[in-house]
Amino acid sequence: MTTTTLTKQPAPAASAGTVPYAARIDHVSKSFGRPGAQQHVLDDISIDVAPGEFVCLLGASGCGKSTLLNLVAGLDAPSAGSIETPGGRPALMFQEHALFPWLTAGRNIELALRLRGVPRAERRAEAERLLELVRLGGAYGKRVHELSGGMRQRVAMARALAQDSQLLLMDEPFAALDAITRDVLHDELTRIWRETDLSVLFVTHNVREAVRLAQRVVLLSSRPGRIAREWQVDIPQPRRIEDAAVADLSVEITEQLRGEIRRHGQH
Amino acid sequence: MASTETKAQSAAGPADDAAGATTVATPDDASGDLAGLEAGLDALESTVVARQPWLRTVASKTFPPLIAIAIVLGLWQLAYHFQVKPHYLLPSPVDVARSLQEKWLEGTLLGYVWTSISRGGLGFLASVALGTVLGLIVARVKAVRSAIGPILSGLQSLPSVAWVPAAIIWFGLSDATIYAVVLLGAVPSIANGLVAGVDQISPLYLRAGRTIGATGLAGVRFVLLPAALPGYIAGLKQGWAFSWRSLMAAELIVNAPDLGTGLGQLLEQGREIGDLSWVLSAILLILIVGIGIELLIFAPIERRVLRSRGLLVKS
Repeated sequence: MTTTTLTKQPAPAASAGTVPYAARIDHVSKSFGRPGAQQHVLDDISIDVAPGEFVCLLGASGCGKSTLLNLVAGLDAPSAGSIETPGGRPALMFQEHALFPWLTAGRNIELALRLRGVPRAERRAEAERLLELVRLGGAYGKRVHELSGGMRQRVAMARALAQDSQLLLMDEPFAALDAITRDVLHDELTRIWRETDLSVLFVTHNVREAVRLAQRVVLLSSRPGRIAREWQVDIPQPRRIEDAAVADLSVEITEQLRGEIRRHGQH
Repeated sequence: MASTETKAQSAAGPADDAAGATTVATPDDASGDLAGLEAGLDALESTVVARQPWLRTVASKTFPPLIAIAIVLGLWQLAYHFQVKPHYLLPSPVDVARSLQEKWLEGTLLGYVWTSISRGGLGFLASVALGTVLGLIVARVKAVRSAIGPILSGLQSLPSVAWVPAAIIWFGLSDATIYAVVLLGAVPSIANGLVAGVDQISPLYLRAGRTIGATGLAGVRFVLLPAALPGYIAGLKQGWAFSWRSLMAAELIVNAPDLGTGLGQLLEQGREIGDLSWVLSAILLILIVGIGIELLIFAPIERRVLRSRGLLVKS
């Protein structure tokens, strides 16, 4: 892994190394269950996430998007195909903050730093810096239950960033938040993504959220999950979820998504 | 490669027609706005919980039990006064207090209490060491769990006094017999507490731990054990209660001149001479020590752990 720091200004993709991708999902299939009674969850998925790219995986229930994220995170192995993440083990954020309640916000981040091998003397300063990055400078000593839902997700983001991975996987991280907080965290995520050289693979079932955030939206069909279509989102950042351009593309993608869902009612 | 657009372009590039519907602020302005917005949201969603004054907390916790005790003593005194039972079967609270005072003046009482507390404490610590290792193995090794898990929880319902005859045959009238009974009583409940604590860990924590690299021993140390702590402490608390109870059962029966005199032996001596005031004062001491250790040692630790995790409901 290269020793890039997280505050690095955005650089052209070419300078991020000789590898042209942050993640390569190559003809990946996944089924669960015994042979004979198998359930195909993912079927022949191929996605390259470029260094610094923001990709949203979009799909209805049963499209296996969380399964795919688990495979990329290395929590499970694909039945066929391969997954490469040249930047090391990817960081992963869940819908639940998954912060450890027995540690303070700062200590949660320091644990990730410690497991990454950061020397003790540097951990405190680095944790403070990451908290500043998510604008929670004063929260180092706060317990998890003392933070609001939005603040918890920002600490969770700081903990994910503490892994210093090139790739951040996000599994519907804002789905449980209220609309106002979610909107603010969209801005926050966009800002952090632009300030760092992070690549993001973001799973959601919210079309507007996908269009608001991503450079590329990949629509998965359901049961089994296949790539149905892809869109490049060329609307410049900073975007707002109310933007007309965001709405227009969302309508188009929603139509396609509904079509995919309708197919399942026909047989 | 799917994307040709870089962040630098998307960040600094001119607003194209697609975004024409909204005014696009410069990144710095937007960033400042966002910081203020976020600070506002954080302030709105954070609640400041003022802690009660220390003295009032103590008062509100101590008055109700004191009143309850006073009522019980009052009823007892009334029953004595109206001779519900003859006085040798029902001494008054004052008689019991006088009996306690006599032993106190003899200067031996603290020695009896200390003998029992040191036995109970030592037996408890040994039980913690054994029960923790046993609990971890049962919780984490599937084969061991299916083999001895049910036996371990079944052992909890076996009164430890049932072990006393066996222990006497094995070890004679000795300290070893007393400690064996304490261990047999306390180890299963401590191990079971830890097993329950591990079972109740949210799978989410284990998953989160694995994604940040806490696998193998690091996973046990940084995720599994701290996550199981509330259940473990509940197990320790119960383990202490079992240690103390087992110790009293053992001391009552294992009575030899060269063994030190503990509270159980004191109780037994009172029974031998038929002095009910003596017997009741010994029972009172056993109760006070049991409750005292629970209140002074376990309750504060448990409260601290639960409060730090936000698991303590504040009224």
